[in-house]
Amino acid sequence: MENLIPIPVLCDYYEVELSFFTNLSDMGLLEIKTIETSQYIDSDAVYEIEKMIRMHQELEVNIEGIDVVFNLLQKIDALQNELTTLKNRLRLYES
Amino acid sequence: MAFIDYYKILEVDKKATEAEIKKAYRKLARKYHPDLNPNDKEAEKKFKEINEANEVLSHVENRKKYDDYGENWQHAEEFEKSKQQRQYHGNGQQGGFGGGGDFSDFFESMFGGPTSGGGGRGSAQFKGQDFNAELHLELKEVYTTHKRTLTINGKNIRITIPAGVENGQQIKISGMGGEVSGGGPKGNLYITFTVENHTKFKRDKNNLYATVNLDLYTALLGGEITSDTFDGKVKLTVKPGTQNGTKVKLKEKGFPIYKKEGEFGDLYLTYQIQIPINLSEKEKELFTELATLRTS
Repeated sequence: MENLIPIPVLCDYYEVELSFFTNLSDMGLLEIKTIETSQYIDSDAVYEIEKMIRMHQELEVNIEGIDVVFNLLQKIDALQNELTTLKNRLRLYES
Repeated sequence: MAFIDYYKILEVDKKATEAEIKKAYRKLARKYHPDLNPNDKEAEKKFKEINEANEVLSHVENRKKYDDYGENWQHAEEFEKSKQQRQYHGNGQQGGFGGGGDFSDFFESMFGGPTSGGGGRGSAQFKGQDFNAELHLELKEVYTTHKRTLTINGKNIRITIPAGVENGQQIKISGMGGEVSGGGPKGNLYITFTVENHTKFKRDKNNLYATVNLDLYTALLGGEITSDTFDGKVKLTVKPGTQNGTKVKLKEKGFPIYKKEGEFGDLYLTYQIQIPINLSEKEKELFTELATLRTS
């Protein structure tokens, strides 16, 4: 329980509707844990949630847009990791 | 301290309307927002610049002051004095994206601080700020698991660096970032490793590669040689008739596998046969005889 944050606490803090979190969950961008009748999110997910909230509030990106952006960011991350691996491998052939 | 052309930064004309400035700002913010450009220092810098430009141009008072004094900003102090004598009516403008808090010396000198509060990026932060650090290590240092004390924001943090860390690898240390008031979780510390290799071994993930010089006679007739591995020496048996460029694999003599204690990659040695030079007359004679034997 200690790593779980009640969703209403986050709603108050970020000034977003509960539906924002449920929509993110429906989109597969967020995992909501339900214990008895209360809904929580894992504290490790807060970093990503804050990113989503910033995109939503500051850049006026809707939930579908956030999904697209996150998918692309994941692809960029994978490509960057691949690039690092390839750069390291390239060193083998450099004097 | 150099003058900053905020109109140029927002790519708008000096006669741009409020709506045009807002539009230009939002367009550039979408392009350079740090959340959309992770680990991109240039984008981060550009985002700060456009925020600063917006901070000035989207506020009536700031824009007027900037337009009036602009390149003669050193005289802005006089403007301030005269402003204090007037009644301040407020500006009623939108704030912006927070901007990351870092404003240029030019801005600080002319405006003192952000009108809309500034501070960290984003409208609210429940979780503490994440810290990023870069750690330079030698390949030899990451051959073994060891502890290291880092100073992050004035605080000493002792971390364990597991053997086998790769160049460019990033590790997350949960809860070692910034704190926030209000009971939110602490941020994380992200450490990116730069592993420099000044050894004769080349590394590809867990495998190591090296070249071993082999004298002609051992290559021809076979024999035993001693070769370096990363952590010592090893005796090798060379087969008769070994060709130049022959590769041998020394199992588990490579680099430690990350977070798999006691497991290692392989070491690949490539033989480079050394052809004797400056032959004596006797040697020339014997090699000629050998050559004749081969061709007859």
